[in-house]
Amino acid sequence: MITPTQNNEYCLIAESTLVDLANLIVEDAAAGLFRVHRSAMTSAKIMELEQERIFGRSWLYVGHDSEVPEPGDYRRRTVGGRPLIFLRSRDQQIRVLINSCLHRGALVCRTDSGNANAFQCFYHGWSYDTTGKLIGVPDPDGYSNNFNKLEQFLVTPPNVDSYRGMYFVNFGYKVPSLANYLDDARELIDLTMDSAEPLGGWKVVRGTAKFRIRANWKLLAENSTDNYHFRTVHRTYSDYLTDRRERLGAAAPSVNRITNSQSLALNNGHVAMLTQSVGRTIANPSPVWSKEAAAETARLREQLATIYGEERGHQMSDISRFLIIFPNHAFHDTQSGFRMRQWWPLSPGEMEVNQWEFVPRREREDLAAYRLEGAVTFQGPGGFGTPDDIEALESCQVGFGAPEVEWSDISRGMQRLPRSDDELAARGFWRQWHALIQGLDGAKRTGDLAAPELSVHKMEVRA
Amino acid sequence: MSVGGAVAAGVPASHENLLLRLAVEHFLYEEAALLDNWRLDEWFALFTKDARYLVPTTDLPEGDPAHDMMFVDDDYERLKGRVNRLKSRYAHREYPSSRTRRLITNARLTRVDSDEVDVEASFAVYRSRNEMIAPYVGLYRYTLARGTGGTFLIRRRRAELDLERLTDHGAVSIIL
Repeated sequence: MITPTQNNEYCLIAESTLVDLANLIVEDAAAGLFRVHRSAMTSAKIMELEQERIFGRSWLYVGHDSEVPEPGDYRRRTVGGRPLIFLRSRDQQIRVLINSCLHRGALVCRTDSGNANAFQCFYHGWSYDTTGKLIGVPDPDGYSNNFNKLEQFLVTPPNVDSYRGMYFVNFGYKVPSLANYLDDARELIDLTMDSAEPLGGWKVVRGTAKFRIRANWKLLAENSTDNYHFRTVHRTYSDYLTDRRERLGAAAPSVNRITNSQSLALNNGHVAMLTQSVGRTIANPSPVWSKEAAAETARLREQLATIYGEERGHQMSDISRFLIIFPNHAFHDTQSGFRMRQWWPLSPGEMEVNQWEFVPRREREDLAAYRLEGAVTFQGPGGFGTPDDIEALESCQVGFGAPEVEWSDISRGMQRLPRSDDELAARGFWRQWHALIQGLDGAKRTGDLAAPELSVHKMEVRA
Repeated sequence: MSVGGAVAAGVPASHENLLLRLAVEHFLYEEAALLDNWRLDEWFALFTKDARYLVPTTDLPEGDPAHDMMFVDDDYERLKGRVNRLKSRYAHREYPSSRTRRLITNARLTRVDSDEVDVEASFAVYRSRNEMIAPYVGLYRYTLARGTGGTFLIRRRRAELDLERLTDHGAVSIIL
């Protein structure tokens, strides 16, 4: 039981409990205990603080350059509540414009995607070129000469930057560069991005999974780097895979992706789990694939080792990377394909999720088919996996309706080399969240005190 | 079978086609009754071995499973896997099972051959669970294989949603 603090600026009322921000997380490294106060998932006051202190100053994903390949191509995106246009302007620059007319505020772009020469506001007809420059105002004689001489542009977010084809914005001021923000997470991103270079790089496929989950947004961060739930939540998926393998007379995979795995807490709150796994079209085949497909993945595996060296090449091929870019972006290069997923709080108890699947531009047809099969079987609202994750998260949120149960336990694996079924990644996320929500610049340490130093890209690849 | 908002012309309203439409509607209603009553093995027996069951994402009703992401892209074996999963008490999103009610209307025959019929129909599938009711609204596109005596089997079954996003639904955890 924690002591209620009176008259604190940030006293929070979670039903009947008063908790101050410093006490939202209780950690005892020596005892191996880590607990999160559940008001973090239910309090509207905390969500308000999150908007300002987390989403207001973190780098937030907008889109991938493959989504706007031609000059004039655009996609509408909502990021941090702002209506944005992500586009390649006619001068070939990828830009992010705020989708709000300078005149009275209406959206200047009202279709989700397309190709444009200009954007004309439907309200009074002001028009803008694809760089955002105001190029036309109906009946300009009604305005002063000074007005008509002004060069005016649609507003852009204060910070726009890209890394390996991924575009991000940051609505804060005096923020670190995107590269510094991503920091050591770049090693993991680079492995995945480099791995598709021999196949022409990654592109987003059409068909976005757009859905909502009636649970706090942070529960999806926890869930996305957690293999502890796999055996219980995803039992029907495992059973399906086993039935299929037996029907096809294939051998069981020789690697154990639970015991040969790691949980990672990187700098700045990015977290990950790494698992050695089969069924990766780049480039470690599943036992159920055809001999030809297996031979092609073996060739790719060799090619990657030749280009990037054996160590990095084998990391690319044999290890699945489930990375969360803090605070709300999953970068998952897995045995069921490579996808990104982003989610936003709508209220303390509900989030909105968007999910994009990526494929190499020039993947051989049989491997591309295996890739999409793997993705659609497990992933997304209609898969054999995701619906049960959604059920678990919603079930937790219902449980949070009882404020008498104050704490969630995130202690697993605090005193051993953390595997993917441990909770180091969740703790790393929570430590950064806790620092930011208190108005600090970030956590001094996101890892466990007792954890041995881990090398991000040197996970042992076992035969 | 046309896809994705392409409106296929209906067949002429001949006496024979109108009778055929009645038989098709009868089939669709019986199918809906099996699903609403969770008689999934009997439902699965309605499919041909080369069957395909598809649900495109909400942003791409014209999605092609050969190169687009879908919510559902089941061949016969994966559909069998889906049915087995939904019968399990470990399919947590559907245990205990939700209640569903399927309203199927505006059935139009868009192709009539000696061995196959293409059908389009509007649907509203209501799913109730955990104090929440969420309607899935959209268009069915079927290719039915014609058997003897006015019977049918399902060769293609495609449910295109009119929703912009799954909201209170969360997932597509039932058969649409």
